Amino acid sequence: MAVLTRDETEALIAEVLEVYPDKAKKDRTKHLAVNDHDVEQSKKCITSNRKSLPGVMTIRGCAYAGSKGVVWGPIKDMIHISHGPVGCGQYSRAGRRNYYVGTTGVDTFGTMNFTSDFQEKDIVFGGDKKLAKLIEEIETLFPLHKGISVQSECPIGLIGDDIEAVSKKASAAIDKPVVPVRCEGFRGVSQSLGHHIANDAIRDWVLDKRDGQEYESTPYDVAIIGDYNIGGDAWASRILLEEMGLRVVAQWSGDGTIAEMMNTPKVKLNLLHCYRSMNYISRHMEEKYGIPYMEYNFFGPTKIIESCRKIAAFFDDTIKEKTEAMIARYQPMMDEIIAKYRPRLEGKKVMLYVGGLRPRHVIGAYEDLGMEVIGTGYEFGHNDDYDRTIKEVGDATLLYDDVTGFELEEFVKRLKPDMVGSGIKEKYIFQKMGIPLRQMHSWDYSGPYHGYDGFAIFARDMDIALANPVWDNMVPPWKKAAVPDELQKVA
Amino acid sequence: MANIMIRRNEAGGLVFYLPKRDLEASIESIEFDADDKWGGELKLDNGGSYYIDPIARPPRLPISLRARRLGAAED
Ligand code: SF4
Repeated sequence: MAVLTRDETEALIAEVLEVYPDKAKKDRTKHLAVNDHDVEQSKKCITSNRKSLPGVMTIRGCAYAGSKGVVWGPIKDMIHISHGPVGCGQYSRAGRRNYYVGTTGVDTFGTMNFTSDFQEKDIVFGGDKKLAKLIEEIETLFPLHKGISVQSECPIGLIGDDIEAVSKKASAAIDKPVVPVRCEGFRGVSQSLGHHIANDAIRDWVLDKRDGQEYESTPYDVAIIGDYNIGGDAWASRILLEEMGLRVVAQWSGDGTIAEMMNTPKVKLNLLHCYRSMNYISRHMEEKYGIPYMEYNFFGPTKIIESCRKIAAFFDDTIKEKTEAMIARYQPMMDEIIAKYRPRLEGKKVMLYVGGLRPRHVIGAYEDLGMEVIGTGYEFGHNDDYDRTIKEVGDATLLYDDVTGFELEEFVKRLKPDMVGSGIKEKYIFQKMGIPLRQMHSWDYSGPYHGYDGFAIFARDMDIALANPVWDNMVPPWKKAAVPDELQKVA
Repeated sequence: MANIMIRRNEAGGLVFYLPKRDLEASIESIEFDADDKWGGELKLDNGGSYYIDPIARPPRLPISLRARRLGAAED
């Protein structure tokens, strides 16, 4: 149940919107809603995937971030060139913590930054030659790489460089795939379009390269799609699938390789975790290769069990038996964790604001710990994301799409959650307000959070955040009046 | 005319997808649904409607088709 009633929440939205000029108010109204279980279709109550309002703080990334940072970047044995000025790549370098196995700089390149480092003269005269040279250099310095992707930054699209032609030529010369990805940051309204573009590039340049080749398959081949191995997430998920008796052929794309991706069309089922970033390629494989895809959620025991059973139902009895055995094996571990943390966390309220899947996926994990999500929203979700979210959160829960800094702060002040689970930029604002924040993008440098192993860490992290003694010494502004002077100074 | 994709969801219903705009919606009704004639006007649950030239019932979903937008209902 939400902390506020439906009417109160509606009033809160109206009040927060009051400060905007009329035009901005009209626009923002469409992005804020009170959850209503009677609404079947989110678009009737909330608008998403629209241009952010100029002048308000938004924490969206660009299409380049969606392609390089999310989809292509984690493919570890390829080199991903940030094609353009140095900043886009450098500021996002290694920030997402996509863990991988391999020797960096020899056969894996995940945490390195390759860029064509555009200067003024490249903008004026074009950077095609530079790109060709860069690829040559890469081939000399890193001969064990398995392919290159060219992630174009804004200026490339603006000056109209022909990265396709350069890539084609270079690919023939080095006899490895060189994939041009037209993910200039100005395309689309957020990183979301970058995911789409990246998926399409994989479809056109990678996916069908082993079609018709011999492949020893088993009836239990699956692929993990849309898990970026943040803090080791995909590993914690993969263990479970393997214990269920399945064979994980590919990881897309955390700790994944280009060879795995090429083999994916041979699997029996695609398991889709992050719907927003990889539904495109799953749809394509469903149509072209007849591989069904299934969404799953590996946050918290309740959802894990639900998802594992759903996956097992697709296979035969051996898998179903193994799955039940696995669930039974982990149950004591889960019971222990819940017995330890639930009493400490019970009844605590959380507000979420994250990117593509977590605003709905992590809700179950919080509920397993007795916590309650009282507000949630996406940075770059689409209406299908909200369709799925409506069912996950309680009636009258506050929903906010592409929330502005001001709105989020006001909502937090009013709803007074015990904790905010959100991105990187807000962290310090809420901490100064005296509210614990867990950064739910890269797990605040912790993780994994997926799978049973991840849940243990998730529970511990939430407890650490809430039980930190520092909160006793900090007073949120709305309680300030009642606080004596000495304490104020400490705060 | 736009490229669209029609697939079946877990519950067995038909789902409409317009890649260009990332628009996903359930198909509430389809004008012709016989073995030799499948298609025509599609009514979507978001209020939009599209027209696809009737074909014989597709042997396998999902299928990519060309569709024409009728009306300007959804956005
Ligand atoms: S918007 Fe353009 S310039 Fe900015 S980070 Fe993205 S690609 Fe780079």
